[in-house]
Amino acid sequence: MDKREVLLEVQNLSKFFTVNTSFFGRPIDVLKAVDNVSFKIYKGEAFGLVGESGCGKSTIGKMLVNLYTPTSGKIIYDGVELTALKQKERRKYCKEIQLIFQDPYASLNPKMTIGDIIAEPILINKILPKNEVEKRVNYLLDCVGLANHQRNRYPHEFSGGQRQRVGIARALAVNPKLIVCDEPVSALDVSIQAQVLNLLDDLKDEFGLTYLFIAHGLNVVKHISDRVGVMYLGKLMEVADKNELYNHPLNPYTQALLSAIPSVDITHKKERIILKGDVPTPINPPDGCRFASRCFRANDKCTEHCPELKDIANGHFVACDFCGEINTERRIILENKQT
Amino acid sequence: MLLEVENLQTEFKVKRGTVKAVNNVSFGVEKGEILAIVGESGSGKSVSSLSIMGLIRNPGKVTGGKIMFHDENLVGKSNKEMNKIRGDKISMIFQEPMTSLNPVYKIGDQIMESILTHTELSKTEAKETAIKMLDLVGIPSPEKRMDDYPHQMSGGMRQRVMIAMALSCNPEVLIADEPTTALDVTIQAQILELIDRLRNKIGMAVLLITHDLGVVAETADRVVVMYCGRIVEQADVKDIFTDPLHPYTKGLLESIPRMEEDRDRLYMIKGVVPDPTKLPKGCSFADRCENCMEKCKEHMPALVDVGGRKVRCFLYSDEEEVDV
Ligand SMILES: Nc1ncnc2c1ncn2[C@@H]1O[C@H](COP(=O)(O)OP(=O)(O)OP(=O)(O)O)[C@@H](O)[C@H]1O
Ligand SMILES: Nc1ncnc2c1ncn2[C@@H]1O[C@H](COP(=O)(O)OP(=O)(O)O)[C@@H](O)[C@H]1O
Ligand code: SF4
Ligand code: SF4
Ligand SMILES: [Mg+2]
Ligand SMILES: [Mg+2]
Repeated sequence: MDKREVLLEVQNLSKFFTVNTSFFGRPIDVLKAVDNVSFKIYKGEAFGLVGESGCGKSTIGKMLVNLYTPTSGKIIYDGVELTALKQKERRKYCKEIQLIFQDPYASLNPKMTIGDIIAEPILINKILPKNEVEKRVNYLLDCVGLANHQRNRYPHEFSGGQRQRVGIARALAVNPKLIVCDEPVSALDVSIQAQVLNLLDDLKDEFGLTYLFIAHGLNVVKHISDRVGVMYLGKLMEVADKNELYNHPLNPYTQALLSAIPSVDITHKKERIILKGDVPTPINPPDGCRFASRCFRANDKCTEHCPELKDIANGHFVACDFCGEINTERRIILENKQT
Repeated sequence: MLLEVENLQTEFKVKRGTVKAVNNVSFGVEKGEILAIVGESGSGKSVSSLSIMGLIRNPGKVTGGKIMFHDENLVGKSNKEMNKIRGDKISMIFQEPMTSLNPVYKIGDQIMESILTHTELSKTEAKETAIKMLDLVGIPSPEKRMDDYPHQMSGGMRQRVMIAMALSCNPEVLIADEPTTALDVTIQAQILELIDRLRNKIGMAVLLITHDLGVVAETADRVVVMYCGRIVEQADVKDIFTDPLHPYTKGLLESIPRMEEDRDRLYMIKGVVPDPTKLPKGCSFADRCENCMEKCKEHMPALVDVGGRKVRCFLYSDEEEVDV
């Protein structure tokens, strides 16, 4: 039925941090940064991940690029279960999955020229013979819109947007298949954001890349992604094709999140759902639905057990047990569309 | 106008030369009005607000212009005189709430301190006011929260504490410099709703500085667009968003991804902001502008009135800035 090829699958992935240990070394407080999360990323797509600060987006990204070891769960990349491999074997896959950071200022070594910064991973991974590296670096600089003669300059001589281009060239240097873009434009001015977003879009086609695109700017995610997942306190609340998700959000949290985005379209004033309170801490979270303390639809049962992420139809996944009628309505529409 | 900035000029002497951070800037805010200032980072938004607050320090200096508040010029006032106005009649919320709250004092004490310095209230009254303020900004169980230290609160709560502190003396003007940039959208929505409610309730004038055009569209009454230290456009919010005039404003609005529609490619403003110590001779936007003409490279356009709004661009008037 589904002809798309899966490039990456994450099954029941969790990452817990122990933030407080007792005198006997027993964990007292457990921070559940990512809690039992499952999703697939198809070849050639951009999968967007949104959610409020601290909900676990970057932690997922870091597990994919081997910066964090998962507490439990599986990461399956191109048919290989990475989480079952020994570290030495696991590292072989590191160049396939690359990371672009949020902060173009902090992520580049200030003492290296940008040419060396881009050449470094090529040399470390022995991708090319030494005499071909320079040509490759020039090619990559060209791809990201920097001039060849800039290769001997240092990061501080570049603007934020240019540094982000250097970070992108460095990620591309090892011929990755999947790139985790963690807030790649959040630190940039609006006029520079558009330049970098268009660049990422072009490179995706040119290099046949697949993206996991992490951001809290929902308009940016909508622009770049094919499908989008919404996270809250370590849990995935909803996943769907972007237009389906943005036009027909089913989970109350997704609805509130979308309604909270200020829009530049001043001719259409939308209804805003103002949530009460703050995002609770992910330390020792309650058993029930993570959103229960702020949810405008919550009832007693929500605090009893945690809803599972279920496919209601056509790849629209929702975790919420009490938007039943709306879900059914939407399912019927989606199923009719399918036939 | 309650607060009126006239031909403000603020400069920084740096190693590589002089940065005219705020260059001949004029705007005003009325009682109960929200005026937004938008622009690229480095365009002079924060320096404008710090100038109003009298908080420009070496190597910076206000070198010209007036800041009229209740028929009094704030430029040239001593620090002591400004202390009476700051936090009392004019309050400011800074971008990073963590750095502007003192980490070693309880938040309750910090709010009370601010009330005690600016009012004649007794300690008990100050405490009551502080609790009332925390309640007003939506902090649950405010009496208990008075004893919290800043690090015990989330970013959103700290920002609300900052607002509570800024509002505790019923200021006539609130200057909010990127008040929600560090916050999540659902918390941002709460804060913006709060600011809007307060300007209606106590008739406070608000100077809202932000780079988020969505925030501007939803909260501001009027908008000032800055580029390289100068105002390039000034208009009612509706005009800015439905009929922007300046090529920079137009480009900015075109380049944001929209929620309402799908675009294959985003419009791009080419290039980057020029080095502030080496501004071009003519229009500062010239090397990024698609409409750039010969004249633009040589001469600086003046900010002129066009149908009740203002724009600085030769497409609308040939008038040149007199004093460049
Ligand atoms: N090394 C660590 N040790 C302890 N806690 C951690 C660690 N890394 C992340 N966390 C915690 O895990 C949770 C998720 O963090 P993460 O960085 O994934 O959030 P995020 O969704 O990327 O947020 P943001 O939008 O702010 O970047 C947070 O509560 C964070 O404090
Ligand atoms: N303390 C300072 N020393 C030197 N230059 C400064 C200082 N503060 C601001 N500037 C310069 O003034 C200009 C305007 O800055 P600012 O008002 O902070 O911009 P923004 O619009 O991002 O708030 C920039 O070119 C900045 O580098
Ligand atoms: S399960 Fe309950 S608390 Fe959770 S989103 Fe659904 S209605 Fe809200
Ligand atoms: S004056 Fe010329 S360069 Fe400047 S914005 Fe107008 S058209 Fe563009
Ligand atoms: Mg993150
Ligand atoms: Mg600023």
